Amino acid sequence: MRKLSTRRRHPLAGFVVLLLALITVGGVYTAVAPKPATAQEATANDVEAGRELFLVGCASCHGKNATGIETQRGNNYGPSLIGVGAASVDFQVGTGRMPLAQSAPQAPDKKPEYDAEETRQLAAYIASLAPGPAIPDDEYTDLGKASTEDVREGGELFRANCTACHNSVGAGGALPGGKYAPSLKGVTPKHFAEAMITGPQQMPVFSDDVITPEDKRNIVAYVKQVQGQPNYGGLGGGGLGPVVDGLFTWIIGIGGLVIAAIWIGAHGARVKKRS
Amino acid sequence: MSDELQPIPDTEPIKDPGLPEHLYRPQDVDESQAKRTERQISWMFRVAGLLFIAFVVAYIAIDIDATFLGWSAQNFAFGVTLGGGMLLIGVGIIQWAKKLMGDHEMIEMRHPAASSDEDRVAVMEQINDGISESGFGRRPMIRNSLLGSMALLGLPAIVLLRDLGPLPHDQRKTVWAKGMRLVNDVTGTPIKPSDLQVGQLVNGEPAVVYETDDDGQPVLHGTELLQVKSKAAIIVVRMRPEDITPDKGKENWGIDGILCFSKICTHVGCPISLWEQQTHHLLCPCHQSTFDLGDNGKVIFGPAHRPLPQLPLGLDDEGYLIAMSDFPDIIAPSYPELARDQKKLDNKS
Repeated sequence: MRKLSTRRRHPLAGFVVLLLALITVGGVYTAVAPKPATAQEATANDVEAGRELFLVGCASCHGKNATGIETQRGNNYGPSLIGVGAASVDFQVGTGRMPLAQSAPQAPDKKPEYDAEETRQLAAYIASLAPGPAIPDDEYTDLGKASTEDVREGGELFRANCTACHNSVGAGGALPGGKYAPSLKGVTPKHFAEAMITGPQQMPVFSDDVITPEDKRNIVAYVKQVQGQPNYGGLGGGGLGPVVDGLFTWIIGIGGLVIAAIWIGAHGARVKKRS
Repeated sequence: MSDELQPIPDTEPIKDPGLPEHLYRPQDVDESQAKRTERQISWMFRVAGLLFIAFVVAYIAIDIDATFLGWSAQNFAFGVTLGGGMLLIGVGIIQWAKKLMGDHEMIEMRHPAASSDEDRVAVMEQINDGISESGFGRRPMIRNSLLGSMALLGLPAIVLLRDLGPLPHDQRKTVWAKGMRLVNDVTGTPIKPSDLQVGQLVNGEPAVVYETDDDGQPVLHGTELLQVKSKAAIIVVRMRPEDITPDKGKENWGIDGILCFSKICTHVGCPISLWEQQTHHLLCPCHQSTFDLGDNGKVIFGPAHRPLPQLPLGLDDEGYLIAMSDFPDIIAPSYPELARDQKKLDNKS
């Protein structure tokens, strides 16, 4: 100790203390600081594997560095993926919307081309390019934690924000120019949350600052509850609403009755002669 | 060849074939067939009766929460028993009428629809007698006072109908005012520009909808709340600033690409929030009116006549989005006096 105290006025002592302090603070921060969800899972190997998959399957439209390809007219051949985050990749690839099968007004969901492991690697690669929304965790997807009140509030939020396009029971609906809001039947809670966070295709973004993760969970819980209810009114017909129901009733229903009545009037067994 | 037409011969060129021969039903010629049909119809009625009893059994026996193929099991049973029974009665009656009841062929020849001349003359005589006997022409005082009172009977109807609702030009103002915060619908959270990403849509309301008084009671409630909400509903969207082409005088109505529009369609007042974030088009689901929010809410398709009214935005001391005034343009559907009211509103500001 004596040795230490004699050197405390040494010209380099200040630097040594500062260095020690920085190491301590840095070490504690690394140990304690929260990390984004993707950073925990994604290793350098995942990023490299994702990059290789990207170069083979995605780069022809999105560019070799994922910066997108611009056409001569200034439109996008494929949009830039810088900053779209892992959530966007997980949604687009995980639901089969990407890779795109053909140029069309809208990319439909289909059987995914990549398995879960490959999707995770692609997401890790895109997330490594720039910060973006991470894949949603339990906070968004643990529907079991939603109480009855939560589900009710999720229903109010759903009716205020979602029913305009997706219909009041999530049956989907038409948009201009061949586009449409898809049905929400069978969508996993994770993909639900990812769509709200990232706003795929024409869908607007519903950021966590306005619609909180808990709100998002409640919305999903409401949709799942509504779609799980038994149908008390017979055939639901997709829940498309009174116009479609009316059209069906008038043309198929009443038209069918008229045809049946005419048929009954025109038919009946007859024989040639009285015996 | 002569131009004269050949006279039409008295006899018809094609002989009138007369009525077709009457054909008998199997039940008319064979009594055993008739008996069989009678048994069939009787069975239909009996099964229908059993189905009606089954309806009562289903009502009592089936649990209300039980399901069958995703439908309510009880409702399904009700439909099968009641519908099936009524169908069998209907089929049975038709079979009875067609196969067993009398089979006469009836012919009714066409004849003029008007009454005979004698009847018409008689009716007119009676009417004229009635007019002269009542003294309708002879006693004008009675007649005129009756006509007058009948005319005044219209007044109560006008008053009642006039009172059904306020006239639209009393309704042009909303609760929006300078300094009123924009909040998210349902949750009532105020919104900062940093909360919104490009491509974001918020379905909003004025903060007063969620304000409470000192006792914790809502400031607005009941009918008043519903009226305020339905008129002041808004959508807030964020686009890239370079995608927005503001009209002259509207350059500072947005904040970094954040714009606020009325949620009420200017056609017949449906709430609209089908916003396509890439094209910036807002579609009304009722009649497909489409507004371009990147271009001042201009109508680009459909029956709407006026652009969607825009709300000028600002920031308060804490950085939350606020309105800078009420809607400068009249919101909601057009009405006959709209142009006059809009002029008054413009003069005031």
